[in-house]
Amino acid sequence: MLPGSQLMEIVALSLKVSVTAVLLAALIGIPLGALLAIRRFPGRTTLTVLVNALMGLPPVVVGLGLYLLLSRSGPLGVLQLLYTPTAMIIAQTILVTPVIASFSQQIFSDLHHEYDEMLRAMRASRWQTVLTLIHEARHALITAILAGLGRALSEIGAVMIVGGNINHATRVMTTAIALETSKGNLRLAVSLGLILLALSFAINLALHFLRSRLERAAHA
Amino acid sequence: MPESNILPLKPKGRQEAGAGFLISVDALGYRRGGRSLLDAVSFELSRDPGITVLLGPNGAGKSLLLRLIGGLIRPDSGTIRFSPDFRGPIGMVFQKPVLLRRSVRANLLHALAIARIPRRERTGMLARLLVAADLTHCAESPARALSGGEQQRLAMARALVGDPGLLLLDEPTASLDPAATAAFEALVCKVAGEGARILLVTHDLHQARRIADDVLFLHKGRIFEHTPATTFFRAPASGEADAYCKGTLLT
Repeated sequence: MLPGSQLMEIVALSLKVSVTAVLLAALIGIPLGALLAIRRFPGRTTLTVLVNALMGLPPVVVGLGLYLLLSRSGPLGVLQLLYTPTAMIIAQTILVTPVIASFSQQIFSDLHHEYDEMLRAMRASRWQTVLTLIHEARHALITAILAGLGRALSEIGAVMIVGGNINHATRVMTTAIALETSKGNLRLAVSLGLILLALSFAINLALHFLRSRLERAAHA
Repeated sequence: MPESNILPLKPKGRQEAGAGFLISVDALGYRRGGRSLLDAVSFELSRDPGITVLLGPNGAGKSLLLRLIGGLIRPDSGTIRFSPDFRGPIGMVFQKPVLLRRSVRANLLHALAIARIPRRERTGMLARLLVAADLTHCAESPARALSGGEQQRLAMARALVGDPGLLLLDEPTASLDPAATAAFEALVCKVAGEGARILLVTHDLHQARRIADDVLFLHKGRIFEHTPATTFFRAPASGEADAYCKGTLLT
């Protein structure tokens, strides 16, 4: 059995890596989704297809690619990031960004369709239009972030490769479950799995209530 | 409707009654899918404050013409000229009000911010607009929870932000019940009475009779007449307008 403090350490690292990755992915993905939905520019269709395709990016492949980049002989080896939580955050950010961007694009696309004529009639600048749409999309974007968080928390392939599942350093819930299963500690593995499930459920529930409250306030 | 001055919202020197046009539309044409939706549409709107009703059956091209004048779409041919001293934005109200998912107050503050009204002036303007549109009692309510009539009056209040040189209203009462329609028409007449120039699209003859100063009759993408309302309803010059008034016009 894992001592309680170690369990807390694993849960805390899981949350730290995944939440940081989702925040970074939101910072990139939401503006990217807005750009794809609102602006018309050469290569827009290609970029949209690419973003949608990357939603299904296999985590193991991302892990491998990042491993090759960050390994000592790789182009970014000098940064010495391999087997650190930072490398895990980078990997999950790569995995989650397309999810948030794709959801955001759909959300902004619907809102743009609804508000475009009204905002043009008001002579809103492009910047004012984007800010208005982001404000109006605030409830729906919670769903995009939830989807991203789901992918990040449940992911194992990338964090295993670039994190290395090092005890007290890069061990997170999914990698711990895999390890304990392989060691035959099925009870512990199942317990960890239940904690992961409960955590995921609690986060979803909290954000669901937040969204409902915001929506009721705005009567959206 | 409570008493308050809606216009002017800021000091201005426009729209003194007199000669000359506010807008001159010349040979406007618009085609889509091989069909001519507007064909050689020409007319002028005088600078005198008042309500011009753009009247015509469904599919005549009324909303399209309004969007062309509002600059939302570009014509294939022809020109829309504004008088050199035309000032202020063009305010628009659509048949279905598109309101932000915010309170009534926040919707108006958003419009004031978009129009780059200085922050210190916004509070006073907001209060005036709320009173003018009779929405003070629901200023904190979510805009989308208002009744249809209140939503449309909010859309009108929003269109008044920035002291518009012209108001374009596209069938604003088409979805409203008679009481809400009457309240909206009262607001429109009040705004016109305070010096606004209004172009209102409708296919409702009764509404046109109630509020029009002059009538532009559009049918199958062409202007058939532009006459004072009294003349139009007493003796329409064209057979098409006459048939429309009698309810026998085939579209």
